[in-house]
Amino acid sequence: MHALPFSPATASLAGVPARLLFLLIPLVGAACFAWMMVRRMAPLMKAAPDARFDNIGERTILVLKVWLAQWRHPRYMLAGVLHIVLFLGFLVLGLRSFQLIFLGFMEHFTLPGFGGELGVVYNIAKDYAATAVFLSVVVLAYRRGVVRPARYAVPKELGKDHTGEAILVLGLIGTLLLSESAFEGSLLAAGTHGTATPYTLAWGFQHLFSGLSIPALGRINVASYAIHDLTFFYFLCLLPMGKHFHVITSLFNVYFMRLKPGHVKPVKYGVDDKGLDELTSFGVKKIEDFTWKHQLDFYSCADCGRCSDNCPANRVKRPLSPRFISIKGRDHLYQRYPVFGTDKTEAEPLIGGIYSEDEIWSCTTCGACEEECPIGIEYIDKIVDLRRGMVDEGMVPQSLQKPLSALEKRGNPWGKLEKKRADWAAGVGEGFEVKLAEKGDEAETLYFVDSMTSYDDRMQKIAQATARILTKADVDFLALGKEEKDSGHEVRRYGEEMLFQSLKEQNTEAILETGAKRIVTSDPHAYNALKNDYAGLPPVEHVSEVIAAGVEKGKLKFSPLADPSKTYTYHDPCYLGRHNGMYDAPRVAIDAIPGLKRVEMAGACKDRSFCCGGGGLGLFYEPEEEQRMGVLRVNMAKEAGANVIITACPFCLTNMEDAIKVAGLEGQMEAIDLCELVDGQLQH
Amino acid sequence: MATQVFALIPHAGGKADDAALELLNAAQTLFPGCAPTALVLGSGPSLGAVATEVAAAFPEVWSFNQESLAYPNAELIRPLLTKVLPAGAVVMLSHSTLGIDLGPGLSVKLGAAYLPDVVGVDGVEGSLVKVVRQEFAGQVSAHVQADASKGLVISFRPGSFAPATASAAGTVVDKSAEAAGLTARRRFLEVVQAEAGDVDITREDVLVSVGRGIGEQDNLSLVDELAEAMGATVCCSRPIVDAKWLDKGRQVGTSGQTVKPKIYLALGISGAFQHLGGLKGSPFIVAVNKNPKAPIFQAAQVGVVADLMELLPELTEQIQKAK
Amino acid sequence: MDILVCVKRVPDSAENEISVAAGGADISREDLVYAVNEWDNYAVEEAIQIVEREGGSVTVVALGDSEIEESVRREMAMGAEQGLMLVDGAFTGSDGLGVATILKAAVQKGSYDLVLTGAQADDGAAQVGGMLAALLDYPYASLVNRVEVAGKSLRIGREIEGGSQELNEIDTPCVLSIQTGINEPRYVGLRGIRKVASVEIPVLDAAALGVDAAAVGQAAAKVRRVDYFVPVAGAGAEMLTGSTKEVAAQLVELLKAKGGIN
Repeated sequence: MHALPFSPATASLAGVPARLLFLLIPLVGAACFAWMMVRRMAPLMKAAPDARFDNIGERTILVLKVWLAQWRHPRYMLAGVLHIVLFLGFLVLGLRSFQLIFLGFMEHFTLPGFGGELGVVYNIAKDYAATAVFLSVVVLAYRRGVVRPARYAVPKELGKDHTGEAILVLGLIGTLLLSESAFEGSLLAAGTHGTATPYTLAWGFQHLFSGLSIPALGRINVASYAIHDLTFFYFLCLLPMGKHFHVITSLFNVYFMRLKPGHVKPVKYGVDDKGLDELTSFGVKKIEDFTWKHQLDFYSCADCGRCSDNCPANRVKRPLSPRFISIKGRDHLYQRYPVFGTDKTEAEPLIGGIYSEDEIWSCTTCGACEEECPIGIEYIDKIVDLRRGMVDEGMVPQSLQKPLSALEKRGNPWGKLEKKRADWAAGVGEGFEVKLAEKGDEAETLYFVDSMTSYDDRMQKIAQATARILTKADVDFLALGKEEKDSGHEVRRYGEEMLFQSLKEQNTEAILETGAKRIVTSDPHAYNALKNDYAGLPPVEHVSEVIAAGVEKGKLKFSPLADPSKTYTYHDPCYLGRHNGMYDAPRVAIDAIPGLKRVEMAGACKDRSFCCGGGGLGLFYEPEEEQRMGVLRVNMAKEAGANVIITACPFCLTNMEDAIKVAGLEGQMEAIDLCELVDGQLQH
Repeated sequence: MATQVFALIPHAGGKADDAALELLNAAQTLFPGCAPTALVLGSGPSLGAVATEVAAAFPEVWSFNQESLAYPNAELIRPLLTKVLPAGAVVMLSHSTLGIDLGPGLSVKLGAAYLPDVVGVDGVEGSLVKVVRQEFAGQVSAHVQADASKGLVISFRPGSFAPATASAAGTVVDKSAEAAGLTARRRFLEVVQAEAGDVDITREDVLVSVGRGIGEQDNLSLVDELAEAMGATVCCSRPIVDAKWLDKGRQVGTSGQTVKPKIYLALGISGAFQHLGGLKGSPFIVAVNKNPKAPIFQAAQVGVVADLMELLPELTEQIQKAK
Repeated sequence: MDILVCVKRVPDSAENEISVAAGGADISREDLVYAVNEWDNYAVEEAIQIVEREGGSVTVVALGDSEIEESVRREMAMGAEQGLMLVDGAFTGSDGLGVATILKAAVQKGSYDLVLTGAQADDGAAQVGGMLAALLDYPYASLVNRVEVAGKSLRIGREIEGGSQELNEIDTPCVLSIQTGINEPRYVGLRGIRKVASVEIPVLDAAALGVDAAAVGQAAAKVRRVDYFVPVAGAGAEMLTGSTKEVAAQLVELLKAKGGIN
């Protein structure tokens, strides 16, 4: 080992050995940080339980993919690449920072194993990392300060702009990089410690400092060390105070993130359906009612705005911005459980406090936010829990009370008579028979129609088309008829858990009694409910899967379109697409039709599909909004060059058809259901 | 059944309400040949004009002029009538908000039977009075009979009887003294007028009226476009106001405005009597509704069974072309 | 303020199609779902809100057969502290006055500052509240859309013609009939109802109430419904037919002719 011409460990400041200072700073810094972490953990210890300790293998893979490989970041390409550089740079530099701490009071310190070849390679890597990170920081600061992307903006009523916080942190990171490189560069300039990695910051500093005397270099060395040490621990202790807490929590947040989309958490983990009656309170009413993972989500929000940027409710200016659900939740936790100070014990209701009723009712549960978040923050379960809390307190908007009451009494939100549920079956057409459980029929496959398709005049055509398709595809099927109740999919997601349980029980009994071995549905909400919310049922398929399977086996024959001049586009329904990963089957079904020209809504299809406006109870809620989601969507279809939108969901279809009229696009755009399209061309 | 028939006459601003002649018709239909007595209660010099006007229709008018009666307070009127009416009397009321307030308690104090909101009469058989009422928000009708041997208080739905022709030379009897010293445990304070709103639909000749059948609030834009193309004014039925989609000044109905247009386009309106009760005169009514059994088709001259979402844009376009 | 609210279990007119049963003696009752009369529900919400502001308790009372229990329980799930059921075969077939007579006995069994009913129910008679007040000799106000407590009196608003509001001052104890729209009734979910599933609800019969069976019921009724019927439809409107375009064209012609297009 070379003797060093100078080092922080051997320096002295005004007669006092510097190593004392450089021992003190880490000790104080670490102690402060440890204290802050203990305080930040406090509310999590009191929060509701959450079941996240299962599936270690799957979770580890998620960490490697989402956290380490930053899988979701490139969805916003520029910011994503910059962040990947920053993140990987941090990981690499982390080791250096660790080493630096010890160099403050130990003249020679290397990490175990980094003494030989590895150490040399690492030194090169870290120098390039620091340089790359520094360049990213400059670009990032420019974006924040000058370009100011819209998704970072803070609406006036929600407080001050966050740009200051961002610039401060970028400044701190820049300072760390520059100080480390100056520390390295000053040592290199002394000539005894090796050569600089070319074209790096350290190399730059070496050249900057070349020609300075050894004592001068020594002073620069100590000074840059001190700046680094102080900045490092200041930054460390700043992390738990704002959006950079994600630097620490993101690993855990991703490890514990949602494994199964389309599912809704139980009212309380550890309490099964039978035990629900014993609970004294349902849902989330104060912040302590959230589970520890949801509180961790609040801590982990990096304020990047990608969720809100993709949130359809936010786009139409409903009072909902997912990003601010997290930021306001985080600030509320900070305020109630301050790092320095006593915990607040008096309960503070969230609704009417940091959140408003309309804010929470505005969500359509489309899942775009969760799909986007690079840190695995969840929103749907929080919204559902908050709604459960409101329902428990009777705070349900009048516009939803009627359909809920009708669902309870009649099993459908319009209050129509049960005996009319299978009226659609009479209109299927000559030569087509629909078996019904209410008549005592039996079959292998159950076609679960659900309320919208059963009762709505327009949507009954989907049921009729589906019946014809199943018949033509030689599927032996029956429908439940008047025993079928609403699947309860939205009932659950709008917070009325007990009514959902009641509908689930009734439907499960009716379904099992038919003895059917498989279930098919044309309604993605029913599909998601039967597949993910219900238990103990035979396997569930969406009709597009049945069609796609038939196409792939060569069993289905299609006639070419009568009018091949139209351009079609497929709108991915939220509950087939994002929530159940079904993007291909409907496309296979559509593309099987000869002569059909299909385009994609680029940037807004598949997992970036834009919600039509919502289904189920969402149709009854009267939101405050500037525009309808459906209107934005039909305009997207128009811009993609299409004049026909194909949907695979009765709610999407109704929203699209209404939107076409409201947007004044009649004659230029039409909407059709996948089943109607396929049925029209499918040969018998 | 030889019995004395009385009719409580509503009035405002020195004039008797249309209901006066409707009640006369009801009295003559139910008890042919009876000589009904009109009851005119109020205060001030204009009451005389009302009494005189009513005397041209009713053979006898009892007038009660007292300051306490300046505003019709059912809690004062009830004890007064209980005091002055003979046993076994038949009292006819208009089923207005005053009738609803006054009638039930009055029947109890008089020991009489009560038949509210009557829309038609079948006749009298001995002491049984037979009438027609509606139940379940007008979805079904019922034949109802009351034992009127100890008297009867009967209220009629406004507009259910056509006004009789006034052809009497009645005497006005001043019974003001009987109404002296009236007190009640409910005291009138003031009337808060409904907000005027931005437009006075009562003055408009061509109205486009929208009801629950329009579906969602956003669809109102289709109605606005049609009205603009026609040069007409938009109004609505109660559910639209309850949902706060339009303000109260636009509501046509018994609890809203009374309108007398020449043309009335009823879109997605079922035709419940509370709405039609606000439509006076003989407008040309065109009704569009998805339900072929909607009661509005009984009241309208022209009807279309259609989906508003399809018909409205088409209609608007054709009107714009026709102009 | 101790408040008694009278509620009635009726076919839910929003979720039923009401038709006349064969023979006309009654409406067809199969397939009907029942609910608490909408006006009465507003009255219970109003009572709960008054008690939340002023203190006191809300008692919900219903008259009928054993089926009324679910209605009383639902209103208790909303927040009424107590329930009361008035059940006796002798009550069947009572007219409005009979019902009021029975309710009067229930009022006199307790001591209430305020009695509320809904402005009307399924038969649209809007009578029980007014009759009850007259029998009790309490002051009365109907179609109330606003209630404010001012000491021993109440400041109330009544909905009158044209949508205007008539402000009155009324002494307590009194009877008020409540109009829809006075408030926004809170939601009662399945859970709320299950929470009150085992609360005891006292049941009183004619003897316990001190009601003379001969004074109520079918035999004593002065007003009787003879039958239900659907009136024969008149000629009605001239119905236009054709495609949307054709119908629109016909309408344009008609409107132009009548001066509807300016």
